[in-house]
Amino acid sequence: MSAIYKSGKEPHAKEHRIIFKNVDREGWDPSLSMYETEGGYDQLKKAIKMEPSAITDEVKKAGLRGRGGAGFPAGVKWGFLPPNNEKPVYLICNADESEPGTFKDRYIIHQDPHQLVEGMVISCFAVGANLAYIYIREEFPEGAQILEKAIAEAHEKGYLGKDILGSGFDLEIYVHRGAGAYICGEETGLIESLEGKRPYPRIKPPYFPAAMGLYLCPTIVNNVETLCHVKHILEAGGEEWSKIGTPNNTGTRILCVSGDVQKPGYFEVEVGKVTMGELINDMCGGLKEGRSLKAVIPGGSSAKVLRADEVFTVGRGDDARELTIWDIPMDFDTLAACGSMAGSGGVIVIDDSRSISWVLNNINNFYAHESCGQCTPCREGSLWMKKITDRVVAGKASPSDIDTLDSVARNIDGRTICAFGEAASWPTESFVEKFRDELVADTNPELEDDLLNAEALTAAANLG
Amino acid sequence: MSEEKNDLIDVQINGEWHSFPKGTRMIEACRQVGVEVPHYCYHPKLTSPGNCRMCLVEMGMPPRPRPGDDPPEPDETGHLPISWIPRPAIACANTIAPNMGIRTESEMTEECREGVMELLLANHPLDCPICDQAGECSLQEFSVEHGKGESRFREQKVKKPKNVDVGPRIRLDDERCIMCSRCIRFTDEIADDPVLGFTDRGSHTVLTVYPGRELANNYSLNTVDICPVGALTSNDFRFQMRVWFMKETKTIDVNCATGANITVFARENKIYRITPRQNNDVNSDWMPDSHRLNFHWIESDARLTDPLVRDGDKHRLATWQEAIATTADKLAGLDGSEIAVIASARMTNEELLMTSRLVKHLGAGHVDVVPREGENDGYLIAADRNPNTNGVMLVLGLENPGSQLEAIKDGIAQGRIKALLCLQENLVEDAGFGSELLSKLDFFLTSYPLANPTADIADVVLPGACWAEKTGTMVNVTGRLQRLNKAVDGPGQTLEAWEIIRDLIQATGGGNGIYSATDIFKQLAAEVPEFADLSWGQIGDLGIPLIETGETIPLLEREKERIEKGLIVG
Ligand SMILES: Cc1cc2nc3c(=O)[nH]c(=O)nc-3n(C[C@H](O)[C@H](O)[C@H](O)COP(=O)(O)O)c2cc1C
Ligand code: SF4
Ligand code: SF4
Ligand code: FES
Repeated sequence: MSAIYKSGKEPHAKEHRIIFKNVDREGWDPSLSMYETEGGYDQLKKAIKMEPSAITDEVKKAGLRGRGGAGFPAGVKWGFLPPNNEKPVYLICNADESEPGTFKDRYIIHQDPHQLVEGMVISCFAVGANLAYIYIREEFPEGAQILEKAIAEAHEKGYLGKDILGSGFDLEIYVHRGAGAYICGEETGLIESLEGKRPYPRIKPPYFPAAMGLYLCPTIVNNVETLCHVKHILEAGGEEWSKIGTPNNTGTRILCVSGDVQKPGYFEVEVGKVTMGELINDMCGGLKEGRSLKAVIPGGSSAKVLRADEVFTVGRGDDARELTIWDIPMDFDTLAACGSMAGSGGVIVIDDSRSISWVLNNINNFYAHESCGQCTPCREGSLWMKKITDRVVAGKASPSDIDTLDSVARNIDGRTICAFGEAASWPTESFVEKFRDELVADTNPELEDDLLNAEALTAAANLG
Repeated sequence: MSEEKNDLIDVQINGEWHSFPKGTRMIEACRQVGVEVPHYCYHPKLTSPGNCRMCLVEMGMPPRPRPGDDPPEPDETGHLPISWIPRPAIACANTIAPNMGIRTESEMTEECREGVMELLLANHPLDCPICDQAGECSLQEFSVEHGKGESRFREQKVKKPKNVDVGPRIRLDDERCIMCSRCIRFTDEIADDPVLGFTDRGSHTVLTVYPGRELANNYSLNTVDICPVGALTSNDFRFQMRVWFMKETKTIDVNCATGANITVFARENKIYRITPRQNNDVNSDWMPDSHRLNFHWIESDARLTDPLVRDGDKHRLATWQEAIATTADKLAGLDGSEIAVIASARMTNEELLMTSRLVKHLGAGHVDVVPREGENDGYLIAADRNPNTNGVMLVLGLENPGSQLEAIKDGIAQGRIKALLCLQENLVEDAGFGSELLSKLDFFLTSYPLANPTADIADVVLPGACWAEKTGTMVNVTGRLQRLNKAVDGPGQTLEAWEIIRDLIQATGGGNGIYSATDIFKQLAAEVPEFADLSWGQIGDLGIPLIETGETIPLLEREKERIEKGLIVG
């Protein structure tokens, strides 16, 4: 059925709405009865008659890649559950949505909660989980209530609870409100938090969630958007669904555009079928009046920055080709080949009105504030980087501080417990690599020999 | 399962191939071949959070051929080539795998260590000159080996609470804390008293004690030992003495039958602190606070320093010769049946052997020791609060220590027992002997380290050395033979009990020829079947199993379970 959208919120012609079909729809509400008017829970009815492993096979065939950040194939992840497992299996929906620049999961939750619930019930059936959690970020209190209500409605109708639709399959879903920290979105930090502890990420190995997750039982963690797709994969069939998007970058995904464009917002597109140029110029109405593009952070704040005038070489051998930033198709593989990542789908556009030092400092502030503090490089390095860029912005840094900044980032990258280390260091590494001149221009060579903090001098003397 | 565990795996460490049992952690494999991997958070008795990142090493595995490619060929040693992984791995929590390569001296490893050191020191106060940990601080040690030697840190350091009272015996300096979480894991996993935790986040993380609680459990001071820096310090020891000035003596705790292995730190004959010494068959790496701190009395003013003999209502100073001669004199006219000897289960086997000689020589009709029973605390403290009850049974031949005390009391009351020799016990306060009863004796000798109400009644009072002032062996609750080593000299004229007894035997006409505790040990080995063929040297610093008692130490049993589960290395 073709949907009518609220005025001013109509999807762009280049969008392909599946997950966001009901977002901003005229006359749509998050109730179960509304959901049922358009085939709600029909896919669940189909699923419970299937072999659970057949559902996983469909997800594998679909080539669905995780929408939470890493882009890991969901079906493959499900396949990591230990074959002769006798412990309970848990499924966790990661609704912590906290990567700066990302704002998609909240709309699903607020406007179409049953889509998520149905996706979760089907996924739980596929992986054999009888208990599932939605870990929702603390800052989404209303979203939590909406989900609670949806779960209660589904329960009443027998889509949840004991013996779902007479299938013999039991499932409870609980909404758990997060602990108000970015790191609660990292899957093992999330699991610790769910267990009632500080969200200190776990070392992998050995704590791969699929083998040793929640309460050390096999656990599947997927993003909200990922789990919603499962329903649609079942509807279309994995094979068919995989024709949406581009090979190895299948399906649709929601891009969240923020920053210096005329019309920021969310756009559900076929993965790889829209270029950066189309996204910025067509879908977002272009840059602001009289401005030119300076840079784009394409996959949430932790993705490496792309410089507007870079030329990217992608593909190998005969397939090698050169791309400008405008030509980059918004898919996992190409963005990775360009040295960044598709990440969480948060596209941050930076125009020539922005000071790079300020932008980097803004990002560093976030990561210094959000480092959980468990492991040395990230704990000490993220604050150090922030303090250096604080000084750069304040005109109190010298050129060699930029070298120090870069080397601190490199002392974090690859040496931490969790991927926050990369998230925190990639911005600095890429900004220094691509905008070194601009950063250095904000420093003062006369400060080179001033040790800005007398305390550091005393401390260094004591060490000897 | 157990067979599988014994499977050996080949691992290359710094270019050399070695074999290790499956399941060995990388850091332990390195250690076994003499390659030390610096570390802070890793402790073999605790779980491994992998948080300090100091143990990062370069690691490699055989290359995985791409589909269609030939599998890699083994070299002449039968090993596959190693393809080195660009991302370093922590050696503490990762276990070895077949054909793994580890490089602890490569450029990458060195860079990682330097990087981590620099970051650890960035916000560290570097107040080593006023820090108690100086001299035994892993941060100091590794920063010399892996540090940059100069600071690039130009920022203001993070300010945190200092001199925080976290419990009755411990103080915390949060600025020195490197957030390794060892103390937190100890209180949670070993002491079952999870009162410590981190609050705030990032570089502002602070170690805290739970609001309204304190770190007060009887094992709390172990956190000070395992804290790799000077963040947790012992109120008892802080600011007392620089560690490098002290002499270390390996010995054992005598506060209960467990006989925790300890190190006594002393300078110029004064003990400053005691720390547990690792022995996985006795006390693991831990000891109770109540035992650790029970040494200040050794220096007390109440120590007996000279022999005393009764002079009317009072005692007067005497020489050893006079005191011993007086005793010999008094005993001379008595029949053995009129003499009782009460020795101590705090004595060493050597002292007990001498006691048994004395008993035989005098033909003493009564002999016993004073039992001390408490409760097993479920960790390390044994119910038997004497350290050598097993020795009493083996060497002194008492089947049921303590069972004769009532008979001795009766004998004194009825005048059948006329002389009592009390060796290293406090009969009035610890064994329920009334002063009135003891006054009935014709002759009463007591030897003890401290002046006490028992001494008041005695005819001869001898200053005995305490546990820290003597050498010998004891048999602990599980039947392990362990060595007690002299850490300090006794005050004044004190003698070790074996010397006192030797002199008594000699003065009453017995033979001797014994000049040291090790001499007596040779006789033990010759005379007591359980000690047959043993030599002093064989006992070593960690002791050896001597007899089966069927007793276990609860804390060790729990550690064994955790080793089984792979949670800890052990
Ligand atoms: C620091 C950090 C923060 C993260 N935050 C989120 C988040 O807010 N939401 C999310 O879905 N995934 C987040 N992730 C990714 C999760 O760890 C995990 O990979 C993801 O939830 C898996 O779901 P997917 O496979 O469906 O993408 C984060 C990862 C890191 C390292
Ligand atoms: S990398 Fe950062 S966020 Fe992740 S565990 Fe370490 S300190 Fe915490
Ligand atoms: S106080 Fe010491 S043991 Fe505890 S976390 Fe800090 S450094 Fe580690
Ligand atoms: S010793 Fe701390 S991470 Fe390995």
